[in-house]
Amino acid sequence: MSTTPTSRLTDIVSRHQEELLNEWVEAQRTAAARRMDLITDVDLVRESRELLGLLQRALADGDGSDIDGPRWEPVRDFLSGLSRSRAASGFSPSETAMFVFSLKQPLLARLSNEFGDDAQALSQIVWEMTALLDRLGLLTTEEYQKGRESVIARQQRELIELSTPVVKLWDGVVAVPLIGTLDSERTQIVMESLLERIVETNSTMAIIDITGVPTVDTLVAQHLLKTVAAARLMGADCVISGIRPQIAQTIVHLGLTLSEVTTKATMADAIAHALDASGLRIAPAIGD
Amino acid sequence: MADLRADELEIGESDDVVRVRQLVRDAAVELGFSIVDQTKVVTAASELARNTYTYGGGGHFRIELLNSGSRHGMRLTFEDDGPGIPDIEQALRDGYTTGSGLGMGLGGARRLVNEFHIESKAGGGTRIVATRWR
Amino acid sequence: MPETERIPILKMGDLLLVTIQVDMHDRIAMRLQDDLTERIVSDHARGVLIDISSLEIVDSFIGRMLANIAAMSRVLDAQTVVVGMRPAVAITLVELGLSLPDVRTALNVEQGMQLLAQGGKTNGWPRDGGPPR
Repeated sequence: MSTTPTSRLTDIVSRHQEELLNEWVEAQRTAAARRMDLITDVDLVRESRELLGLLQRALADGDGSDIDGPRWEPVRDFLSGLSRSRAASGFSPSETAMFVFSLKQPLLARLSNEFGDDAQALSQIVWEMTALLDRLGLLTTEEYQKGRESVIARQQRELIELSTPVVKLWDGVVAVPLIGTLDSERTQIVMESLLERIVETNSTMAIIDITGVPTVDTLVAQHLLKTVAAARLMGADCVISGIRPQIAQTIVHLGLTLSEVTTKATMADAIAHALDASGLRIAPAIGD
Repeated sequence: MADLRADELEIGESDDVVRVRQLVRDAAVELGFSIVDQTKVVTAASELARNTYTYGGGGHFRIELLNSGSRHGMRLTFEDDGPGIPDIEQALRDGYTTGSGLGMGLGGARRLVNEFHIESKAGGGTRIVATRWR
Repeated sequence: MPETERIPILKMGDLLLVTIQVDMHDRIAMRLQDDLTERIVSDHARGVLIDISSLEIVDSFIGRMLANIAAMSRVLDAQTVVVGMRPAVAITLVELGLSLPDVRTALNVEQGMQLLAQGGKTNGWPRDGGPPR
């Protein structure tokens, strides 16, 4: 039998699995961070048992030092899922991490029993065990972090989309009035949502009005032109309206050609153009 | 704490271009790329894989998933022992062709990814590493 | 050597309709070009509709194929319209630098058919009419 510290750890976890589970669950129950309101005892025991089982298998299969490797994937997956479900239940990231850390005490007790006399071996294996559980605990925190980040990213995107709605003017024509400073990211998001709306509404014309945009830099101008090109590739035409004199100058100075893009000075002109192209016109209602 | 997984395949026939696309698409989905970013990176991979097959005489493709903390992305490596590209600058310029059609797609592929490294010389093979973050 | 899969070509009156639903191997793409050219002649087709609404990826090879089909059909006195390009695909093609100038496009099969009926020469709306309705 090999005597590497990891295999001793595996050995101990295997032989004392039930005791470890009981002591660990007990430690969680009495801990200040018990949160009886957020998790039932049944679930607590079930989750602890499952992690212990996965831990034992991962240790048996492979190296305790390579928790990024494929053998530890079941443990990583379990902890990711646990972190997410605990966060959803209302646990703080520390409370979730404590779930993992509180396993140290029972393990420590077992290790002391096994290696009591051999100070060097004991300190070695205690180090291995601590390092392992620290990293697993940190994993739950990282997962929490990722979850927060994706919520923030989603909310940001929704905010941008909501603030620049693409409106259908009438059958076949949509318009997006851009307002405020355009940065690269916002422009890209708006442009993507414009193209999506074109498909959804089967519109063959889109009016992009930039009356409310104070300045247009190279990047934004390029995004606009790329959007027009993309819309054309899809089978729709774009009209850019609301180009103020300063912006016209900027565009010329930047050396960008707008020769293939229909431009109108005002939104009203663009709408007139769209009406004309649609074969429609606005006429007074027939009086009674 | 870095999470690194990798996959590779040999590009020996034109069907392998489709396999490269599938590997890259699966990775992009797993990494949580937006639809537009998925399309961009898979298209870039398709261009580069086809180049490896058509101009490089076949070669090797490797994909690595980079998942560390807040950065999520993939690194794509294309290597061949082909004739190499004598003038890289020109190849990257749009419209450059060695044969008929739309050219090597190198410049286009470069625009579709975030980081792009190319090593090549006449008679010395080519190695391209492209990285796309989420 | 197994027979190469083919993409089916449907005849609708004097139009040919092709729906591309698979991630095409190069061989299938070349086969489609050949098959279409033959069918335009044998079926006396005056229009070709290529539906790419299921295509998630259009790279320069596929782009070239579409451009070739458009050019060849024109020589054979038929018009080609590519329909259903996805926004993500359009954005990517623009980034690639492919503008497909001689390929006419429409949002869907219905608009594509109207475009063919009106016989316009440029992309978008024909000169003497409004948008396809």
